[in-house]
This record gives sequence, C-alpha cells and structure tokens, in this order.
Amino acid sequence: MDNTTILSIVTFVYGLAAFLYVASWVFKKPLVGKLASWVAVTGFIGNSVGIIMRWVESYRLGIGHAPLSNMYESLIFFAWTLVLIYLIIERKYKNLVIGAFATPFAFLAMAYASLSPNISDRIQPLIPALKSNWLIAHVITCFFGYAAFAIAFGLSLMYLLKQKDPDNKSKLFSLFPNSFTLDELTHQMVVFGYLFLSVGIITGAVWANSAWGSYWTWDPKETWSLITWFVYSTMLHARMMRGWRGKRIAYLSVIGFTAVLFTYFGVNYLPGLHSYGGG
Amino acid sequence: MKLTVVLLLSIAVTSIIGTVIPQNENPAAYFREYGEFFYQLFSMLGIFDMYHSWWFQLLILCLTLNIVVCSIERLSTTWKIVFVNNPPFNISRFRKLSQKESFNSGHKLEDLRNTYEPFIARRFRYSRVERTDQGFCIFAEKGRWTRLGVYAIHLSVVILLIGGLIGSVFGFAGYVNIPEGEKVDTVRLRNVDTIEKLDFEISCEDFDVSFYPNGAPKEYRSSLTILEGGKPVYKKDIVVNDPLRYKGINIFQSSYGQMPSDAARKRKVQGKDTQNEILLNFTSKKTGTAYQVKTVVGKPIDIPEQIGQFVIVAYKKSALFGGQDIGEAYVGKLTPKDGNTVDILLPLHFPQFDKMRKGAVVISVAGQETETFRPDKKPDIWYYTGLQVTKDPGVWVVYTGFIVIIIGCYITFFMSHQRLCVDVNKSGKNSKVIVTGTANKNKLGMENKIKRMARQLEDLVKEG
Ligand code: HEM
Repeated sequence: MDNTTILSIVTFVYGLAAFLYVASWVFKKPLVGKLASWVAVTGFIGNSVGIIMRWVESYRLGIGHAPLSNMYESLIFFAWTLVLIYLIIERKYKNLVIGAFATPFAFLAMAYASLSPNISDRIQPLIPALKSNWLIAHVITCFFGYAAFAIAFGLSLMYLLKQKDPDNKSKLFSLFPNSFTLDELTHQMVVFGYLFLSVGIITGAVWANSAWGSYWTWDPKETWSLITWFVYSTMLHARMMRGWRGKRIAYLSVIGFTAVLFTYFGVNYLPGLHSYGGG
Repeated sequence: MKLTVVLLLSIAVTSIIGTVIPQNENPAAYFREYGEFFYQLFSMLGIFDMYHSWWFQLLILCLTLNIVVCSIERLSTTWKIVFVNNPPFNISRFRKLSQKESFNSGHKLEDLRNTYEPFIARRFRYSRVERTDQGFCIFAEKGRWTRLGVYAIHLSVVILLIGGLIGSVFGFAGYVNIPEGEKVDTVRLRNVDTIEKLDFEISCEDFDVSFYPNGAPKEYRSSLTILEGGKPVYKKDIVVNDPLRYKGINIFQSSYGQMPSDAARKRKVQGKDTQNEILLNFTSKKTGTAYQVKTVVGKPIDIPEQIGQFVIVAYKKSALFGGQDIGEAYVGKLTPKDGNTVDILLPLHFPQFDKMRKGAVVISVAGQETETFRPDKKPDIWYYTGLQVTKDPGVWVVYTGFIVIIIGCYITFFMSHQRLCVDVNKSGKNSKVIVTGTANKNKLGMENKIKRMARQLEDLVKEG
C-alpha cells in the first residue's frame, strides 16, 4: 500500500471517529465515546505511518524531503497535529464531548486534501526556494499553531452553544465541561497557538531572509499571518488587561480562526510568492 | 487600552487592502485595472505601495508610542512589586482563600518546622518563617520576576522596529544581472531607480540551471568570485537559500536568463507587443492531436475538440514560477468545458511546461526558440545570472527582537509568580497543617501544585 491509500483510509477513520464522538454526545452513550477515542487513536497512528511512509518514499524516488512541502502534505500534517493536541486534552480533562468539536476539523482537512481536484497528492520534488531547514521549522510551528487555534475555535463554539442555555436545562449541553473550564481551555489553546504562530512567523522571516535577502516583504501570506497575530494579540490583551471572559473572548476566537483560515486558504487566491497554492 | 485595541485592529484591517490590491506594479497596469478616477485616488493615498505610505507608517508609529508610553507608565509600578527585598506577606489573605489542603500530624511544631523549612527553601527562591498565635507559618514564593515578561515582549516590538529602521536607512536592496564570464561593481536599487556602487567587483564564472524530470527547476547555481582591486579575494558557489556574504553585503541567487545571441533575437525580445499575433499549440491529451491557433492578447478562442475556451491575459518579461524566474511568458486563463477557470502560465522558451499541469490539453506558444528541458544536459547557451544584492545592518537587531519575543512569550504564558503558605497550628495534641497558595497566572495549574505539595509534606513527616 502506498502512503496516499493509507491516508485516504485515515480520512475515513477520522470521519468515523468524529461521527462516533458526535453520536456519543447526542445520544449520551459514554461507551460510544470510548470507542470513538480508540478510533481516533487508530487514525492517529495511521496518520503517523502515512506521513513516515511518504517521507521514506520520497527518498526512494531520489527527491528526499520532509513531507511538508505542498498543500496536500500540509493538510495531512495539520490533521496530525490537531488530533495529537486533541488526544492530549482528552487524556488531561477526560471529557469526550470536546472530541465532537475537534476531530471533525481533522476529518475535513484530510477529506479536502484527498478529494479536492485542485490538490495533487503526488510527491513532488522541491523547487530551489523550498530547500531549507528553516522551511521545515516554519511549517511545523505554523501548523501546531493553526491546530491549537482550530481546537480553540471548537471550544469557543461549545462555549457559545452552552450560553444559549443558561439554566442548564437542555440535556444536550449538560455533558459539556462547565463554562469556566471551556473559557480557560480556550485561553490555554490560544496562548499555545500564539506562541507557535509567533515562532512560525519568525522562522518564516528567517527563511525568507536566507532565500531572498529580506525578512519581510509584505507579501499577502505574510501580511495575513500578521493580521492573524494581531487579532489574537487583541484577544490576549482584552483578557489579560480588561479581564474579558466568556462570550466576547469566544467571538474573538472565532474571528481569529477565520483569519487563520484565510491565511491558509484564502491567500492562494491573491497574488504572492507562497507556493502552496493548488500545487 | 481602548486605543491599543483600536490601533491593533486598524492596522490589521488596513493591512488587508494591500493583500487585495497588488503592490508596486506598473502604473499602466493599475490604470487599466481601476480606471482613471480610482487610479488617481489610490495613488494619492499611496495604496499601490501602502505598507510604505505615510499613513500606514504613522499607524505603526502610534502603536509603538502607545506601547512605550503604557509600558513605561506601568513598569514603574511593576518594578516596585518585583524588586523588593522582603516580599510582603499577609497571612489573613491566604487564610481567606477557598482552596486549602490540610492534614493532621502527630509531630510537634518544632519538628515540623525543622523538616519543612529546608524542604521548602530548596523548592522556592525565597522563603521565610513567621510566628503566628498558635504556631508558625512558612511563606515562600518564586517567579516574581516573570511579571516582567510582558515588558520583554513590548520591548521586542520596539527592537524590531528599530531594526527595520536601521535596515531602511543604512541598508539597500538591489539587483544585478551578470552574464557568465563578466563582472560588475554596481547594482540597481529596487523601487528607486538609482545605482549603488560597491567596494568590490562581483564576477560570475559560471551559471547552471538543472531540472527535475518533470520539468520543475531543481537548482540554480552561480559560481561567484569577489574581486578587490582586480584580485580575487573570495569565491563561492551560491544557490537559492545559500547566499554569499561579504563585508556586510549579501548576494542571493534570484533569477537567471539567456543572453541574446544575435540582433534579430534581441529585437524579438524587446519588440514583444501585446497586440502582435501569437501562435498557440494545443495538444489534446485524449486524441494526441496538436492544433495551432492564432490569437492576440485578450481575445478568447475555442480550443478544438470542445475542450474549452482559452484567453491570454498578459505578457510577462520575466515570469515567476515557485518564486523563480522562468523568463518570458504569457499568462492565460483556461475555462474547461465543464470546470472552473484556471490560470495558466506559458513560458515562451519551455514548450513542455504546461504538461506538468496534467490537464486535458497541453498548451504552448509556437514558433519560439526552445530551451532544453532535459536535466543534466547543459545546453550550449550563454546565461546571465540574476542576483539580489542587499545590505541590511539591521538584521541582527531584528533577530535579537525575534529571540526576545519568543523568550518573552514563553515567560509570560508559561511561567508565573507563585506564592505558597504553609500554615501550621497546634490543635490539641496534634499539629494541623494547612497548605494554600496563589499564582498570578494558570490558576488551575497552581491548584494542582498545592495538592501535590500537601501530599509531599504529609509523606515527609510520615517517614521521619
Ligand atoms: C503586537 C504586539 C503587541 C502590542 C502592539 C502590544 C501593545 C500593548 C500596549 C499598547 C499596551 C498598553 C495598553 C494600555 O495600558 O493602555 C499593552 C499592555 C499590555 N500588553 Fe501588550 N502588546 C503586544 C504584545 C503583547 C503580548 C504578546 C502580550 C503577552 C501576553 C502582551 C501583554 C500585555 C499586557 C499584560 C499589558 C498590560 C501591561 C501591564 O499591566 O503592565 N502584549 N500592550
């Protein structure tokens, strides 16, 4: 089996995990949640194997490079980081409902990578500009940041849903972690993501400086990552200095994640240097 | 604080403009795109180079001033909190905390004190013991200095801007093309059409470009020599991502091209008029048949076999692919019969280029001199190498700012000022130990820490 077959299977495994998480939440079957958790772990292992095989395969093709060089590979890696972070949270907080709001993103990323006609899943050789260790550091840190922001986004959605039901009458939301924990967890995810995004922007700047001789050129991708950084900066300031909590923080987290999505996908429709577009 | 949010968000929002409107393009292109009125308006507002426009720089300056003023203002208070010899300690505040861990011990107060004091002193930077009405309490703390983390971040924002400023005042960014076997000692500056003289000469002995079997570029390599007073002093082969650095000047591989071999060729390159007829080759993937169709820029044509419609929208003297210059090219839009329009790049000298796309049709420009697209075989062509030459004495300042920002974020986010209070009181024959504590951040984490600490203290006297 080659890596893309494994990765398409992983897509379905993640889809199944997401489905089971949602089912366990809606029908209140903790056992289904346990199963979902094992399915997610299986998917994660498959995901890791797929990435490693792809890596090995690229060496066999004589164009060896870390599998982080195009849209397909970055989406796969995004799903991997997201599930990794989620599984850690699950271990720590022992709440399976969060899975219903986190794993679907991994499934969507993988499905988009495998099914979109604009994304090629072939292992491509690296063009000269991408041959840099800074690029690897850049991609890894950025995607850890993005994954943390995606989970923060899921948590914010949960928070906002929970507010729709202030008296805790609905059985649907009673399984959620309490509002305080959701808010706190969102903040922790954003802080984690912010650190990684900062390092991501910085390693990107250092890479640009080694490849083109300028660390900042205001190209659209750079600018959008800065915009994202500013949105989350605003969020952190509002929380730390003004003591904003809850709803307003959740909305800012939603806006922040929209900016992340635009940095990741939207920018490909704008003119610029970054080559992750439809490749 | 309101101002900060407003400034942060207005920079974020205005930055978007520059990502939607391409920056620093040819005025004529803008004129065509936006019409006269908007062209005038935009160029008055500096939107075509907005990140260097006065109003954008003013926003950044305001934000920086805001940070500096706020930070200085607050720093004086924080400073007093951080640098105290004897940290203040109010036991009633700890006694009021809701989260407490407690246990009883049969040991005497004196014994407990002798065990706990060194134990806690080892784990906290500062600790002291105080008498209380019915016993004693140990107060300990660490991480007071982490309250300064945010100032490190704010300072780094200022450092970054200073670095950027140094770069733009004392540095330059230019480019130069050197044909193989020739040398130069001047470079043309970007954006401001002036010439910068270097203290040395750059000579290009050789330029090589290699391709992967699929036609994507693999490596651009220029063999450069630095000459001072006509004597070679430094030699290096540069490739993308591995520049040459000499005396504060950095030389990057950035593009390449061919020297025209004769006058006719030269005229053809320069006289490329967008109104001229262009002959296109369409090779159908299904039938393998090749068709030739004449067109001009802007005129949509139907591709035979009903594959779709194609229109050339622009000509580029040096097109970029994956950040690399691939020479002259047309940019076109292909609308397949049932599918979305895709942008297509047609490099004049690489007829095989469009094959990479793996579409239903391969499009190329006919009647052009072609370059060998085979890897490992060096065609007999006279190349020039395109170099980016920069000097930026501010880079190290910027990098320092980067490091400070990362350290500052780590301190601010993951370290905290933690205070611990171990309150030991006589209770009948026994002693009662109450452990409480506070932290300025990550309060959940601190709660766990207090629990663990209480267990440790309990075990400590069980064994002893
Ligand atoms: C884009 C980067 C940043 C900018 C432009 C910025 C700007 C500012 C400004 C202008 C203030 C003063 C607001 C006022 O007092 O009215 C401030 C305060 C503050 N900022 Fe930032 N900041 C940035 C990054 C950060 C980061 C990454 C953190 C990390 C948590 C942070 C944490 C704080 C805190 C805690 C304060 C209050 C300071 C105090 O209480 O002494 N800032 N920031």
